[in-house]
Amino acid sequence: MSNINRREFLKILGIGTFMGLGGWSMFEVVGKGEIEAFAEKYKKVPEALQAKRWAMVIDLKKLDQKIIHDCTEVCHRIHNVPKILNPKEEIKWIWEEKFKNAFPEMKDDYMSPEIKNMPVLVLCNHCENPPCVRVCPTKATFKRKDGIVMMDMHRCIGCRFCMAGCPYGARSFNWKDPRQYIKNENPEFPFRMRGVVEKCTFCYERIDRGLPPACVEASNGAIMYGDITDPNSEIRKILSSNFAIRRKAKLGTKPSVYYLL
Amino acid sequence: MLELALKGSPRYWGWLFFLAILIGAGVITYLYQFQIGLGITGMSRDVSWGLYIGQFTFLVGVAASAVTIVLPYYLHNYKKYGRIAIIGEFLAIPAILMCMLFIFVDLGQPMRVLNVLLHPTPNSVMFYDMIVLSGYLILNILCGWVILMSEKKGAPPPRWIKPFLYIAICWAPSIHIVTAFLYQGLPGRDYWMTAIMAAKFLSSAFASGPSLLVILCMLIRKFTNFDPGKEAIQTLAKTAAYFLLVTIAFYLFEVFTAFYSGITSHQYSIIYLFKGLEGYSKLVPVMSICVLLAAIGVLILVTPPLRKWEVTLAIGAASTFLCMWLEKGITLVVGGFIPNAFDRVFEYWPTLPETIITIGVWSFGFFVLTILYKIASSVKEKAIFDKYGEKQIKA
Repeated sequence: MSNINRREFLKILGIGTFMGLGGWSMFEVVGKGEIEAFAEKYKKVPEALQAKRWAMVIDLKKLDQKIIHDCTEVCHRIHNVPKILNPKEEIKWIWEEKFKNAFPEMKDDYMSPEIKNMPVLVLCNHCENPPCVRVCPTKATFKRKDGIVMMDMHRCIGCRFCMAGCPYGARSFNWKDPRQYIKNENPEFPFRMRGVVEKCTFCYERIDRGLPPACVEASNGAIMYGDITDPNSEIRKILSSNFAIRRKAKLGTKPSVYYLL
Repeated sequence: MLELALKGSPRYWGWLFFLAILIGAGVITYLYQFQIGLGITGMSRDVSWGLYIGQFTFLVGVAASAVTIVLPYYLHNYKKYGRIAIIGEFLAIPAILMCMLFIFVDLGQPMRVLNVLLHPTPNSVMFYDMIVLSGYLILNILCGWVILMSEKKGAPPPRWIKPFLYIAICWAPSIHIVTAFLYQGLPGRDYWMTAIMAAKFLSSAFASGPSLLVILCMLIRKFTNFDPGKEAIQTLAKTAAYFLLVTIAFYLFEVFTAFYSGITSHQYSIIYLFKGLEGYSKLVPVMSICVLLAAIGVLILVTPPLRKWEVTLAIGAASTFLCMWLEKGITLVVGGFIPNAFDRVFEYWPTLPETIITIGVWSFGFFVLTILYKIASSVKEKAIFDKYGEKQIKA
């Protein structure tokens, strides 16, 4: 992470608190410049992965039950996603749907049952033109410069306008306290309380440390990712030589998740 | 002027006490919701808005409908409305308060509500809704209070209030247009994403609002010595009749577009509401009652003898109001979420706690409304009107 260690941080915080009690603000102790310098250091972790716009390609031919299980498990475990069995209160970041449900507009009476029921992994599409970001009244959901559609679960007021806005059903709401449904906590990822919306964030926390998204890593090559604006990237090569589809592309949201058939 | 609300009959106090009990039940149930979360409601991952947002949407319309009285009176000098302009303005105030409360009780993290001000986001329609609703609330309090105050003093209203009256008239439709934009700008919700939504919102508002005002005027006449006037009530009924017809027409336009075009995704919600989809049909009875009430409303309000006889008029107005309430307050919001993004049907029905909270908010609205109408009618009871019974000449 950044060059400031825990000890130093606590020291500064301690001094700040002490001075704060005496009527001094944190800014007077640390100085705005220093805070900005810290923030700058945090931003520029040398190993962080850079892209103009992240995108993902999911090869449906390579998906099998094991890969689907591994991808969803690892994602939900490292992000402290509660396992709620009641479908009405479910919280999911990445999950399995049947082809006919993931692509309802392609429904066809004569489609083979294999294709109709073919498993598809669905997740937030990290749209280039995301309706959820457009409707959010607090900027709790916003788009990063690298195209990742972020979710600040600590600013979200829980109005659920984004859930109405998202045409992909990618967003889940914490109808109850999620903690009671989490078995193995990952202390490195933030917890949230009831009453906020959450979703896949393209593993921004891993990208910023130079790691690929967890599902990509667990997918055994079925999920690929990269910078879609870079003509030499792996996914651009795949997209130029394969037929790929996106969910509900006609809505103009410009999803960044592609599917290979 | 507030002191007028403190002198009332036992019936007045009994009614307020009754409402206070319902408000109390709502508050206690809300505390339960606050503690557990919105999981105590019937809403789900797939139907993520329900009764609360439906009530909000409906009540914005009721608030906006004050313009159906204020506009003819102030812009066209329609004298018959002179007595009841205040009734319209004072209806808008509790209606907006209820809207705000319904938004508040719908929030997952109500303690963070000020984030909307802390991080103003002009690309969100919610941002504009907040502005227009607060603005309309202030305008109605200002105009209603100033004019009633001068009436109490027996003086003509001050001239500086005029611009505010005109602003309020222009402002009224805006609150409902912006509310419609909350819905009609969302991709992937075919039932909502239609340009006629804002127009239908306005027309249904101008049907439900005047219907409610007809009933309220009749109640005021029955329980106070202030008579809003037979003519005024009849004109309100005519307004409701026209806009009820327009609303039904708009709905049929929608049905035509969905079914003549043959685009199935536009048909699903309508099929779900009227016939049921994939065996799910919880809202079919609601929609059937809605259609029945619309038929009764049209029959009574459009047929002159039935509209003129006040017994049938009351039934017609109540039918129209309830019809619009069922359409906008429940089926519009829920229908838009069905089927979900994966072509599956998850149904919604409000739970008991959700219903109690909803009744609590409505009771709060009626509590405020009662107090405001008590003040207005006390002032009006003492007023002496000119020989036409229209314009007040002396207090």
